[in-house]
Parts: sequence; C-alpha cells; structure tokens
Amino acid sequence: MSNLNQAMVEKYRNSFLQEVQANVEEGDWVKMCMQCGVCAGSCPMGPYWEHPPQEIFMMIRAGKREEVLSSDSMWMCTSCYNCIARCPRGLPITHIMHGLAHYADRLGLAPKEQPTRKFANKFWDNLTKKGRVNELKLGLALYFMNGFFEGIKVALANQKLGLNMLKAKRMSIAEMFGGHGVKDSNGLHAILKKAREIELAKADEFKG
Amino acid sequence: MAKKEYSFYPGCSSQKGASGSNYQVSVDAMCDVLDIQLNDIPDWNCCSASIGYAGGGELPRLALSARNLALSEEANPGQDVVATCAACWLATRETKDRLLDNGGLMKETNEALSAAGLKVEANQNVRHMVEVLIEDFGYEGLGQHVKKPLEGIKIAGYVGCQTNRPFGIDGESFENPMYLDKLVETMGAEPITNYDKKVSCCGGALAFSEPEKSQALIKDIIESAYDSGAEMIATPCPVCQMNVEVYQDQINAKYKTKFDIPVVYYSQLMSVAYGKSGKEAGLDGQVIRAKKLEEIASK
Repeated sequence: MSNLNQAMVEKYRNSFLQEVQANVEEGDWVKMCMQCGVCAGSCPMGPYWEHPPQEIFMMIRAGKREEVLSSDSMWMCTSCYNCIARCPRGLPITHIMHGLAHYADRLGLAPKEQPTRKFANKFWDNLTKKGRVNELKLGLALYFMNGFFEGIKVALANQKLGLNMLKAKRMSIAEMFGGHGVKDSNGLHAILKKAREIELAKADEFKG
Repeated sequence: MAKKEYSFYPGCSSQKGASGSNYQVSVDAMCDVLDIQLNDIPDWNCCSASIGYAGGGELPRLALSARNLALSEEANPGQDVVATCAACWLATRETKDRLLDNGGLMKETNEALSAAGLKVEANQNVRHMVEVLIEDFGYEGLGQHVKKPLEGIKIAGYVGCQTNRPFGIDGESFENPMYLDKLVETMGAEPITNYDKKVSCCGGALAFSEPEKSQALIKDIIESAYDSGAEMIATPCPVCQMNVEVYQDQINAKYKTKFDIPVVYYSQLMSVAYGKSGKEAGLDGQVIRAKKLEEIASK
C-alpha cells in the first residue's frame, strides 16, 4: 500500500464519500445522483464498463473504497460529454470520472495495465515536457508502452497508417529532434508545480 | 466589411507536420476570403485536452488553459479568443467559465500563474471558429463569397462530441444540431440531414489506447454515412477527422468492409467553394483523397 493511500485510509476511515468530496474533482456532486441510469445508457463505451457511473456513485456512498478506486470503469471514459448533456440532475459526470481516475492513479490503486491509464499518463508527460504535444514521440511511446517486442509488433501493424500520415505531411520525423514547444518552458513548469502544491494543500485542509 | 480580428489559439494538432496541419491550411484560406485576421496567442501551450486528466489533476489542468488566457489578455486585449480545435475550445472555455464562477479557483489559479509572473482575469469570450462563422457572418454572409458551389456532392455532417457537448453552439440541440448541415448547404452541396451518427463518439483519445473498441464506434459512424447516401463526411473537429479517416484500412481488414470515404473539415469545403486551390484548401493533406472537391478546385 502506498504511503499516501495508507494516510487517506486512516484519515477518512468512516467515510469514503467525504474522501471523494475532498480529493476528487467535482466530488461534491456525487451525493446528488438519483440512480436513474441515463448516463449508463448514453455512454458509447457502455458495454465495457464493469460499473457504470451511477453504480460507481452508489458504491462511493456505500463506502466501497477499494472496489471503486481499483476499478477499470472510469478509464473507459472517452470524454464525449453525453452523460453530462443528458443527466437530469446536471451532474458533471465526465469530470467526476476523470477526477476519480486521477485520484486512483495518484494513490497507486488504479489497475496498472489499464491501457488508457498508461496512455493518458504518457500524454500528460509528453505535453508538459515542452508545453506542446509531440505527436511523433507520443505515438512511439504508445506503441512501446507494453514493452519492446510488443512495440515492434504494434509498430509494424500500424506501418501503413504511419506512412499515410507522413505522405500527407501530417506527421513529421523532425519532431524526433526537438520539435514544437513553448519558449518559456521554465515558467510553464513553475506554474504546474505551484498548481499541484495548492491542490494538495487544499485537499489536506478539507474538513468535509 | 471591415477586417475582423480575433485572438487565436491554434492548438497542437494544427502545427506544421502535425495531424491537423491541413485543417490550419484551410482555415487560413477561408479567413483570407472572409477578411478575418487571426492574431496568435504568443507562446501558447497545450490545453491538455480531455485525456490529460490522469496525470494532470484539476488545478494544473485549469492552469494550463489559464496561462493561454493570461497571454491572450496581455497580447490581444479586447478580442475574442477563437479556437479551431474542439478540445482546445472546450478546455479553454471551461476554464474561463469555472474561474468566473468560483472565486476560490480564480485566486488559486492566479497564485499558480504568478510563479511565471502572469495574471488572468478571464475577461475574453472563448469561441469555436464555427461560432464566429455563424454568429459574426451568418449563413447568408458566408454564402455571398461562394464562387464555385459544391454542386452534387452529398455530405454527411459529422458534428461529433466536443464541438457539441457540453457547451455546443447557441440555439442548437445536443441531439440533432443543424449548423453543419446548413453550412454544407450554404456552400452549395447536399447535406444528409438524417445522418443518424451525427453526434456519436469516435472514441476520442481511446482510439489510441483501446483501438478495437474505438474502431467499432468508428465503423458505425462510417457505415451510417454510407447507408444514408453520403459520398463524403465533413467535421469541425481534428480528432473526429483523424479517427474517422485514417483507420478505414484497419477497419476494412477487420470487418471485411470496403470503406473509402473522404473525411474533410468544414473549412476545406468553404475554401474550395470560395475558389481556393486544392493545395490552399489542404486537400493534399487527405489520407483518402477528396476527389470531388479536387475536381471542383481545379476547374
């Protein structure tokens, strides 16, 4: 168990809902769900969720901490915002799913091999490095995220796709050597570091 | 009409050699005709799109877009911020709304920005290029520039998700927005108004991490376009464009389909209708050539 996870278990021993309210983006909204299931029926990845959003919300209220945070479900979100557009109670479901996934990952409870967990983290690392996404490096990181040999296989399977993109000048080998980025990357990194500190301090102070 | 100026947030995919670079080419051609001047936000950064959530967290993500807004307020005061990418627009607009809605977040965000000597007020409107076209020019105004009507091309307007939800275009419904069909019609082409996958999801970033699940969604989007008689798909979103265009080979191999349908941006339709060359309309950036548009452009 990670130290942070241990600390959170002790801090919120009696209420997972409170823990979510304090630490998860838009977590305050969870208690507003009335279990109608429109979100589940509106999700393009509906068939693949072990627990659709309304079930996750009820599990949070029932204190099923381990099951929720180690669930594969939130990582199925494609950010299509259909659930938000249709929720009769106006819950920002997409954001809550993102927030839960982020929190689970920070605690080290998210499923390690979940492909979207891996890709989403690589995306963040890629964009924060120079301030802009390097699509070529991101693509290669994606191909090789399951190891070298698997990577070669995936890269070969996508060879034609890559060539098509190169031919259309929508992919550039130049991105391998430097590539696009912001000029003030020191400033950008300082902003992100400060934002992270503020967010953690705020979660720490939450009284429920 | 006098030149219109906007504070422009181009976004990562629009850069040279990036996946939506042909979108940018066509936007430049379209803006040239409409006498729109796009003033880039200097040193803009990535908005982290939606998929940035795993590593980002709430405040760091908002801070990314807030940095762009702060730079825009400094360099292009009084101008509306305009984005062409759906994700850029969504993230920036969401940040603006949330900062104005929540004084605490505004304070925390400014505290973070001060680490780089910046300050945000979130006092500029944040708009998608489509809103600029519809609201500042209007269909009639847009139609006045048409030199070569796109006659006889049947086009499925694939609006997708993030240009449509959660904000959407004023006056349009989430379930059946009509603006893309109206734009297609304004350019002289024939819109497929009963295209039933108009606002369905292409999988977004999950096309990379969950290719099988996403390609099943993309297959339905293309199949429905064919079923309703479309010869071409048009979209306002760079992720929709790429996902629906470039995986057709792989989908054909898996599902034994014979998909070969061009997927273009509204701005490419407009550039061609406005008399720009195929190259100026970014048609050389298609993986599946838009032959009918090329023919009209070369006339």
